[in-house]
Amino acid sequence: MRTDPDVFLMGEDVSGGAGCDGEDDAFGGAFGQYKGLVKEFGRERIIDTPITESAFIGAAGGAAATGMRPIVDLMFVDFIGVCFDQIFNQMAKFRYMFGGKSRCPAVIRFSAGGGFSAAGQHSQAMYQVMTSFPGLKVVVPSNAYDAKGLLLSAIQDDDPVLFFEPKVLYQETAEVPDEMYTIPFGQANFVREGDDVTVVAFGQMVPKAAAAIDALAAEGISCDLIDPRTTSPLDEAAILESVRATGRLVVVDEAPPRCGLTADIAGLAADKAFSSLKGPIKQVCAPHSPTPFSPELEAAYIPNADKITAAIKATLA
Amino acid sequence: MSISKESLLHAYRTMKTIREFEERVHAEIMNGQIPGFTHLYTGQEANAVGVCAHLDESDTIISTHRGHGHCIAKGADVSGMMKELFGSSEGLCKGKGGSMHVADIDKGILGANGIVAGGPPISVGSALAAKIRKNGKVAVSFSGDGSVNQGTCFEAMNMAVVLQVPAVFVIENNYYSEHTHIDYAVGCNDLKARTEAFGFPVFVADGADFFAVHEAAGKAIAHARAGNGPAGVFAEQGRYHGHFVGDPQAYRGEGELENLRENHDPLKVFRQHMATSGELSEGELDAIDAEVMAEIEQSVVDAKAAARPTPEQVTADVYIQYGATA
Ligand SMILES: Cc1ncc(C[n+]2csc(CCOP(=O)(O)OP(=O)(O)O)c2C)c(N)n1
Ligand SMILES: [Mg+2]
Repeated sequence: MRTDPDVFLMGEDVSGGAGCDGEDDAFGGAFGQYKGLVKEFGRERIIDTPITESAFIGAAGGAAATGMRPIVDLMFVDFIGVCFDQIFNQMAKFRYMFGGKSRCPAVIRFSAGGGFSAAGQHSQAMYQVMTSFPGLKVVVPSNAYDAKGLLLSAIQDDDPVLFFEPKVLYQETAEVPDEMYTIPFGQANFVREGDDVTVVAFGQMVPKAAAAIDALAAEGISCDLIDPRTTSPLDEAAILESVRATGRLVVVDEAPPRCGLTADIAGLAADKAFSSLKGPIKQVCAPHSPTPFSPELEAAYIPNADKITAAIKATLA
Repeated sequence: MSISKESLLHAYRTMKTIREFEERVHAEIMNGQIPGFTHLYTGQEANAVGVCAHLDESDTIISTHRGHGHCIAKGADVSGMMKELFGSSEGLCKGKGGSMHVADIDKGILGANGIVAGGPPISVGSALAAKIRKNGKVAVSFSGDGSVNQGTCFEAMNMAVVLQVPAVFVIENNYYSEHTHIDYAVGCNDLKARTEAFGFPVFVADGADFFAVHEAAGKAIAHARAGNGPAGVFAEQGRYHGHFVGDPQAYRGEGELENLRENHDPLKVFRQHMATSGELSEGELDAIDAEVMAEIEQSVVDAKAAARPTPEQVTADVYIQYGATA
């Protein structure tokens, strides 16, 4: 925002305090992501909206199509239902339907995923759904360092980018440099390197998979852990290269199984690396159900390190 | 409209039940006993109770994320609600929904709702069912001053007029949507007029005063029940707690909360009315207070002792029947 006057932020309570008698910077986003921004950039560029997602997400598409670089915050991705059309029918397709003559450099930020006992309408991942739409780029960082580099790439990108922030990871810390740096889209990160099994994990599953893999080292099992970082574009080459080397694949995501990323990556490997496979591909994901409220139920719902460990061992059995 | 002594006792008991339920839930959240995101209705009790006084079990309500008060006012099982908030499998929703989805379907409660303005369209459907069946039922949707800016709310209001269904839109103005004031978020300066422009009457009440809400809601519900199409209620009332439990409330002006608690407390206002009219004595009201305190205490004891859900319950109740059908 300091270097590009076309960048602005819009959403519900991204500042907070609009029209109120108290403090102006009263909130700063549902997880404090934007705290302090209104002090530096003012309400001209840090825009609180009414609860009216179709209008402000759609307006981001319109502002982007006319030269701005809006960042809009949808708070919880679950709210995408009320503004879905503006995302997948409008901004995703402008460029293609207009014969390549328009650009829509909008970034939509969402908190996503489970882990807060927030029940069925505040816990969904949804990035797997959005990955299915051509025209949208989809980013799912798994740590603060990547989040910064990917977010700066997203803001500079000329296509619409959906930026999913696994909300349980807000409380994790990482070393993050002050200077500007970008992480390119479509470039997976090898979080661990090993010989026996390829593990591909997304978002909040990445640290869980790393924990499982680290514990397995004691048993002499070593794994590649691939964090694709962006699900669209997807670094297919990195995944296939690893699968060809290990011959075994486990894919981990927190979303339910049908038409999801675990099936997507399993399909990729079955299609393009079949002859390298030495065992069945294993998918670790949530069951085909909404996210339950009760902590015991949610703990059983979201994949954990034990389930990942069992899947890794199953590919070796 | 004169209100029977029995109804007065019931109204006070219900408001007090909501108050004590919410205050206890607040305490239990602070103790780490209740998980998830919780929004409290404290300060707004008169609105839910004044509206629901006109409903029977087969009329429906649909609520919001701030749903405990509406549910209690419509007769939800308080112990089952507390168990639900604690995440027990004995809760009203078997621990699947929690605070934001608490519902008691048998009591005509179509649930709290995690999506702002998710309720009004559903309520229009309930009203349409009543119209088709000609059963004289009404469907009430509660929604906040923030929710009225949502497209689903506009669409529901217009459709209710077009179809002339017995839908009652209760707009609860607690001045804030999260941390944003209504004066900012509602672009026009007359929300009543904006709502009436859809084509139905809106009755305004002081939402801290049970009697005022009772009167306004009575008119709106009678209008809808008589087959005259939808109606609205617009009531102002303060919420005492933050948007959610844990909200630092930096947006509040100085003395604002103190003023609400001092001068706009539905329980105090009710007691003042009773002191003037003499219909209920202080002793009668104090006795209710004590009974309610005991009931809420018992509900917490029961919730803490209630069964916990087990992993195989995760996939139960996704469907009624699933798999290949014969
Ligand atoms: C579609 C959608 N957008 C945003 C939210 C986040 N949210 C939850 S409650 C709320 C404020 C609602 O304000 P209001 O309607 O006035 O109800 P109140 O909280 O004051 O009872 C917001 C923005 C949501 N749950 N659903
Ligand atoms: Mg409000």
